[in-house]
Amino acid sequence: MKRSWNWHIYAGFGVVVFAFVSYFLFFSQFPLTRDVPWLNLLLFALGLGLLGIGSRRGWSQREHYRGRIAGPTLTALSALVLGFFLFYSFSFSAQLPESRGAPKVGEAAPDFTLPDQQGKPVKLSELRGQPVLLVFYRGYW
Amino acid sequence: MDTPEQSKKLADDRGYAFTILSDAERRVIREYDLLHTSGGPGGADIARPAEFLLDADGVIRWVNLTESYRIRPKPEDILAVIDRLQLGSPLPPPN
Repeated sequence: MKRSWNWHIYAGFGVVVFAFVSYFLFFSQFPLTRDVPWLNLLLFALGLGLLGIGSRRGWSQREHYRGRIAGPTLTALSALVLGFFLFYSFSFSAQLPESRGAPKVGEAAPDFTLPDQQGKPVKLSELRGQPVLLVFYRGYW
Repeated sequence: MDTPEQSKKLADDRGYAFTILSDAERRVIREYDLLHTSGGPGGADIARPAEFLLDADGVIRWVNLTESYRIRPKPEDILAVIDRLQLGSPLPPPN
């Protein structure tokens, strides 16, 4: 008899890929979904759930469904993708230098002169008379 | 870390009104001990994210060294610190 296409497997994998890519392309722009990537973790769970259903069907109902190979293969691949994502989110992005020598509260901020975006030199000590927020940004992913 | 030209383009594209300084040699980044060696594209040295709030006398009143570079303070957080430390423009003395 003709076996049905096991769409859960491919839908599940699609959701997993979307879960990974959408964090970097979209959800990381909003603190609500960036600081703890709960939304993307939910998407991963959904994708893996679908893959689980599809893989099980491919095996226990192999007379009715295809995907006996695709199921476990894409599930393993998805687990790898999830692993990368977890590593990035919770380990890699926390690997920062200690910066123990950074100026502390109560100290005078070390003076410096740097060019602004017009190329004009700006000297920190000449900004006194008002509060100043100094932001050092990462400049990379 | 970007050149002034790159920062100007960024500011113009996004409509930023604040000053962006260029520390292409990572000189000030090093002085503030914020260097993140090989943390950038192609192994370039970049800065670890950090914020310093200075009062009108140039004294540091608040430091934020993030534990994870994904998590950064929101504008509301910093405004709350400014209010709490009363760093805003001083009110004229009551008569």
